[in-house]
Amino acid sequence: MKLYTPSSPHTHAPISVTKVMLKVLYALLPGIAIYILLFGWGVLINILLALSAGLIAETIMLKVRKRPLFPFLTDGSAVLTAVLLALSIPPIAPWWVPVFGVVFAIIVAKHLYGGLGYNPFNPAMVGYAMLIISFPREMTSWMAPKSLTETELGFAESAGVIFQNPEALKHLDAISSATPLDYLKSQLGLDHAVAEIIQSNSIFGGIAGAGYEWVALAFLLGGVWLIYQKIIQWHIPLSVLASLFLIAGIFHLLNPEQFASPLFHLVAGATLLGAFFIATDPVTASVTPLGKIIYGAGIGLLIYIIRVWGGYPDAVAFAVLFMNMCAPAIDYYTKPKVYGQRNE
Amino acid sequence: MEDRTKNVIVEGLWKNNPGLVQLLGLCPLLAVSSTFINALGLAVATTLVMVGSNVTISLIRNIVKPELRIPVFVMVIASFVTVVELSMNAFMHELYMILGIFIPLIVTNCIIIARAESFASKNTISLSFLDGLMMGLGFSLVLVAVGGIREILGQGTLFAQAHLMFGPAFEGMQIVLLENYRGFLLAILPPGAFIILGFLIALKNMIDIRQQKMAKTQPIPALDNNANAS
Repeated sequence: MKLYTPSSPHTHAPISVTKVMLKVLYALLPGIAIYILLFGWGVLINILLALSAGLIAETIMLKVRKRPLFPFLTDGSAVLTAVLLALSIPPIAPWWVPVFGVVFAIIVAKHLYGGLGYNPFNPAMVGYAMLIISFPREMTSWMAPKSLTETELGFAESAGVIFQNPEALKHLDAISSATPLDYLKSQLGLDHAVAEIIQSNSIFGGIAGAGYEWVALAFLLGGVWLIYQKIIQWHIPLSVLASLFLIAGIFHLLNPEQFASPLFHLVAGATLLGAFFIATDPVTASVTPLGKIIYGAGIGLLIYIIRVWGGYPDAVAFAVLFMNMCAPAIDYYTKPKVYGQRNE
Repeated sequence: MEDRTKNVIVEGLWKNNPGLVQLLGLCPLLAVSSTFINALGLAVATTLVMVGSNVTISLIRNIVKPELRIPVFVMVIASFVTVVELSMNAFMHELYMILGIFIPLIVTNCIIIARAESFASKNTISLSFLDGLMMGLGFSLVLVAVGGIREILGQGTLFAQAHLMFGPAFEGMQIVLLENYRGFLLAILPPGAFIILGFLIALKNMIDIRQQKMAKTQPIPALDNNANAS
């Protein structure tokens, strides 16, 4: 008889990678549904394009690396990468933007580093960063919510825009608009006050961007459900949001003319999606309890710094990638004490 | 003697390639390789300096005291760099302006001092000349490959601005490979250079592993035959 002596942890939940990924995808559904409802079919077409490209790239890389196809294709990690990346791409971007982004994310950011579990950087955010650095024009022309535009694109027309049909591209001017963060940044550069800017343009809604704020709140809902389901822990999302709220609050109190309200920063852009779904990636985030809080706080701080003083309107991707780099060091210095360990 | 010559050539071009294996001189390699011609300009300059410094250091290798060798080597290299810099400024002024600080920085390029220290200070003049040339060519090949790939991916052209290097007669040398290309900025920016160099290193390792496998698989049937015969 062999004595089987496994190493710690000795008790663990009977939950597989596939289950975790599936639950994260379920949690994204309300956000995706509202996104499609308010912004049209482009969102869905983006997701489908990214999904098919992601699965093909994953299959090719698994073949090249001589790994079994079935367990890795069904673990859902490639699907999640594709969906997260598709959600951060404008719904009217040409078809090759999501395709190229996902292929780059899966091949370079995931498989070249050794596949799921070995990647130091969040693949979806590497894909996003590559896209926004390389194709700034395509990546910054977002669309206004359907309620603000006179023309409404059907499924076929949305597909036409994405596949660069010249007939459908005529609608592009009517529906494209800057994001609230982008608009705010460019107008602040012209010495307008925050309140004045927000009143001057209908793309601003009750808290942040019209339409976008509802999508963000739906992501918040999904994120809270994930915490309730114990798929993610509260440390990272809370510290991201708290540090962003804190620093935005301090600057807003100092000079409300120049710095938008902390609530605006929480709901605008990709903050909520990033805090709950991107920063919490179990592979690339910190793992110790204190480390998670430092990691999250770093992301929140960096989001604010890059948004307000940096060159890009939104900053979740760069903040997450930067803290990904710091995660191993954070983990090293925040190792929890082993029971019985004495301080010298 | 034949063997040593061959060895020096293989080492410089492939087995111990400064760009792909030693990973030396990455700073200029990544910084100026945004187009084929920029890369070629720096490649030629570096190779010239390398050949000159290797020969000179080999000439004085028995006179220089070991304690003083590093400052002497650096001065020899610096004087060759000055020669190259001044002539580039005179004959290829525009290219000189583009390459900017990276021409004087050849002085601090670690490949050159590494070859001086590890090869030229211990070998004959003719071998040192060959080593400088081969190491220079090996570095140039990598530099030009990265430059070419970055230019194709980044702008969709090849040999753009060839006149900067070869004179106005070559103005029409630019090849537009991709019409109406919108440009892939990442390839032109430094991260793109890192990624492309990484792919080139992977390609080299892949070829090496394949060759090792080929070399390994051949003797096995012979061994089996021997075993059967005995």
